[in-house]
Amino acid sequence: MFIPFSPVDENLYLLFPNKTELLLALTSLSFLFLLRLPLLKSFFPWFGLDIGGTLVKLVYFEPKDITTEEEEEEVESLKSIRKYLTSNVAYGSTGIRDVHLELKDLTLCGRKGNLHFIRFPTHDMPAFIQMGRDKNFSSLHTVFCATGGGAYKFEQDFLTIGDLQLCKLDELDCLIKGILYIDSVGFNGRSQCYYFENPADSEKCQKLPFDLKNPYPLLLVNIGSGVSILAVYSKDNYKRVTGTSLGGGTFFGLCCLLTGCTTFEEALEMASRGDSTKVDKLVRDIYGGDYERFGLPGWAVASSFGNMMSKEKREAVSKEDLARATLITITNNIGSIARMCALNENINQVVFVGNFLRINTIAMRLLAYALDYWSKGQLKALFSEHELSGNAPALAASYFLIPQETVRVILEPLEHSLSY
Amino acid sequence: MLPVHLAEVPGSVALPWVRQQGPFQKIVPWPAPGSVAGLLPRRVDKEDVMTCLIKGCNFVLKNIPHEAFVYQKDADPEFRFQTNHPNIFPYLLVNIGSGVSIVKVETEDRFEWIGGSSIGGGTFWGLGALLTKTKKFDELLHLASKGQHTNVDMLVQDIYGGAHQTLGLSGNLIASSFGKSATADKEFSKEDMAKSLLHMISNDIGQLACLYARLHCLDRVYFGGFFIRGHPVTMRTITYSINFFSKGEVQALFLRHEGYLGAIGAFLKGAEQDNPNQYSWGENYAGSSGLMSSSPELCPTQRARSGTFDLLEMDRLERPLVSLPLLLDPPSYVPDTVDLTDDALARKYWLTCFEEALDGVVKRAVASQPGSVDAAERAEKFRQKYWNKLQTLRHQPFAYGTLTVRSLLDTREHCLNEFNFPDPYSKVKQKDNGVALKCFQRVVHSLDALGWEERQLALVKGLLAGNVFDWGAKAVSEVLESDPQFGFEEAKKKLQERPWLVDSYSRWLQRLKGPPHKCALIFADNSGVDVILGVFPFVRELLSRGTEVILACNSGPALNDVTHSEALLVAERVAAMDAVVRSALREERLLLVQTGSSSPCLDLSRLDKGLAVLVRERGADLVVIEGMGRAVHTNYHAALRCESLKLAVLKNSWLAERLGGRLFSVIFKYEVPAE
Repeated sequence: MFIPFSPVDENLYLLFPNKTELLLALTSLSFLFLLRLPLLKSFFPWFGLDIGGTLVKLVYFEPKDITTEEEEEEVESLKSIRKYLTSNVAYGSTGIRDVHLELKDLTLCGRKGNLHFIRFPTHDMPAFIQMGRDKNFSSLHTVFCATGGGAYKFEQDFLTIGDLQLCKLDELDCLIKGILYIDSVGFNGRSQCYYFENPADSEKCQKLPFDLKNPYPLLLVNIGSGVSILAVYSKDNYKRVTGTSLGGGTFFGLCCLLTGCTTFEEALEMASRGDSTKVDKLVRDIYGGDYERFGLPGWAVASSFGNMMSKEKREAVSKEDLARATLITITNNIGSIARMCALNENINQVVFVGNFLRINTIAMRLLAYALDYWSKGQLKALFSEHELSGNAPALAASYFLIPQETVRVILEPLEHSLSY
Repeated sequence: MLPVHLAEVPGSVALPWVRQQGPFQKIVPWPAPGSVAGLLPRRVDKEDVMTCLIKGCNFVLKNIPHEAFVYQKDADPEFRFQTNHPNIFPYLLVNIGSGVSIVKVETEDRFEWIGGSSIGGGTFWGLGALLTKTKKFDELLHLASKGQHTNVDMLVQDIYGGAHQTLGLSGNLIASSFGKSATADKEFSKEDMAKSLLHMISNDIGQLACLYARLHCLDRVYFGGFFIRGHPVTMRTITYSINFFSKGEVQALFLRHEGYLGAIGAFLKGAEQDNPNQYSWGENYAGSSGLMSSSPELCPTQRARSGTFDLLEMDRLERPLVSLPLLLDPPSYVPDTVDLTDDALARKYWLTCFEEALDGVVKRAVASQPGSVDAAERAEKFRQKYWNKLQTLRHQPFAYGTLTVRSLLDTREHCLNEFNFPDPYSKVKQKDNGVALKCFQRVVHSLDALGWEERQLALVKGLLAGNVFDWGAKAVSEVLESDPQFGFEEAKKKLQERPWLVDSYSRWLQRLKGPPHKCALIFADNSGVDVILGVFPFVRELLSRGTEVILACNSGPALNDVTHSEALLVAERVAAMDAVVRSALREERLLLVQTGSSSPCLDLSRLDKGLAVLVRERGADLVVIEGMGRAVHTNYHAALRCESLKLAVLKNSWLAERLGGRLFSVIFKYEVPAE
């Protein structure tokens, strides 16, 4: 289980707000209506939460420009949270901080700091909320920005169990803003966006930076548990084109059933050692070579898992082969649907994001190759260092919440009720 | 006629063979049906597989009247058959074999493989076998039909909780197939996994099909291949998926002979090296097995045990069939008046009616071959076969497409043929013709003695009275059996007095006072009194008015209906007695043609090409259809571009009652198309 915060000062209620705007905000919601919105900028901690079907993605902004004064006035609980989060890379048994993704020396709403990326499985969400209650997290009086389906599913639990009000943000809005934002800040001095050159050739395959200076239109393929495909024409103009239920959850779920693996990492590791051609029936297995009339190369998969119709072949495959075949099947299918959407929408840059692609070079290279091959070079598959989305919505949630009217929505009713 | 049989051999490979009439059967193996990834693991001619598939698909769409259907889960009936569309192109064919091939078909010879997917039947089978340890494809489908995919799939409501409603999301949508098997640490049932797998694959195929349909601006998608196999659960998910992803803009159509397209195409390719379009084909209901039952109690393994299921027999006709050029709107023409698949009450009645009439038909069949030693035995086999067909149809009305009185009649004819009773009425017809010919001159004289106006009515009454002589109708065959002396005059007395049940005679009479028609096309019904004392005098009157006449009779025997060859003999005999007919035949103002059909009913969209050509050449401007089978069971609502007369005597009290009349009520429907 994921236990991010401990120990927490149990006596937050006793702390009376002092003069600083920051602590005013933190002490009691009843005072918030006195604040002007820009002042909200300085609430700490700054969290963004993306609660997906399989994984919860959490971003945390750690301010590095804390003044001595602030430091002195910072409540103990906050201090300890900061220390706990930044000094650990694993929380409980399932929470993980992706250190390699950390964005350093970022300026966010006038503050300088580092942005951290943490993830834990969605099924630990109840424990997370319970922990929030146990540790009296509500006393921090911060606003939790959340997106993803879980923001709705767990909203009531956050409120009744954890006494925490979620500020829900639209998932797709967050996704797009997150992508654009993260591309604009770069990746610790490097380019955020990249593509593969010679993806099919292990020797020559190269990851090269891509400058997304003309981002529009782009097709955004977000591969989480399922897949959402968006056509983005500008920052504010986008539409959800389609989606498929064959996504990361399907890969992992099928791998669990077929190989008995228990983690995504394990599934990918097995896949990296397997041979899918033992499992899949290829065009050449049927035609002895290419199927020239329709331009089908012999290596193309004619029937995923097609060899498994035969008992002998079922007995001859390894778990690794099955994991690999599952990965190839799901990835090819996503590539195929993405390609058709790109054609239908007349878009030729396709950005693949989402947690499915985390440490998943096989899938990324396959997507890059498949898109290039079947479109005869017309379509380009792009990726982002932050595996794209998984974290992007969380990031966007965190970034966009504070100065925005979403907060006003939360505060206005309060203001009304208190103005009598 | 050359029947083509398709049979499924255990192991899911279709082998068509040509069964020749005679002592030896020739079995010819063909390329496997299925997609790029055929199910047969052997090398086949690469070119041929897809060509055969498309050829087969075009063939069934054009030649099998109710080949394509849409499937609606909760509708009654679940199967809604499409009538043959004169122009089937362009369409998208999604063939689901082990993989999926998506083909755009633009003309008979032009098609393009536009895409495919590796997630197909092989994935279902292969992955399903791994997940459930169930080895057989049909058993996997059976498991799937009992499973709950929501135990394995992650739904929108699993992610959003109850909030999906306020967000306007459908909570039951699958967000991630097999998503729950990743997060929950528990065992999953075989049934649930099989169902989830089926949903995953069907949805994926449906989605890709929609994406391709959209890119190519097509709105009809036919599904073929061995994956579907008439399984409701598969058709349902594919239909759902197509509706969902296309927002209702694309229609998912299934084919009754889905698995055999490639085999049929291969057969045609081999059989018709010359010109494939010189023939026409019709489904033989006796030789063909029906669409599989959707009833859940019928387990697929039980079905698989039967070695004879999934048979398609096609009769090859030597001449092409086309639409009557006079149809107002060929695409919307539906021959049949009542859809018995839809109308449960009528279905029940007619099935019982055909059951009850069976004894008489058997008796008649035996009597027709007095010299044969095994006639009784064959007739008994015929009884069994037709009885079984009727029972099948009771449980699966959609087994052969839309169930109609026509299909019941045709099935009976096909079954009789199967047991070598090609023409049980041949002797009866000969005798009737002989008796009627003797009366011809007397009838003509008495008609000629009448004043013009009286004569017109008498002619029409003659047509109707002749129509009472119909061995096909139960009530009449009873009278005829018991009283062979039942005469023409008596028949007239049986007729309802005017005003008839449907009576536009006055308008017809008014019309006759105007200029003559240029050319009349008459579809004749029964032999004997009907054609000789009813139709010929009527024809004679038209000829005298200066109207040319095309007399169309069945190509092959059906009940006591007059066939083209019999009509030629009759015409010769009449001509010998009558100068008007004689000169008209000589001057080709009276022409006898065949319809191309061997049915007691009439499908105006499948007529002999020669007839259609003649109708065009002569500029036919009047169509006369007589008889219950041709003018009531079929074509009652047929809209034509020229004037038409539909005449019948209701020789079935149930039908008469249903139409608001009683036994021997008269239908006289004269129609003039709107200007």
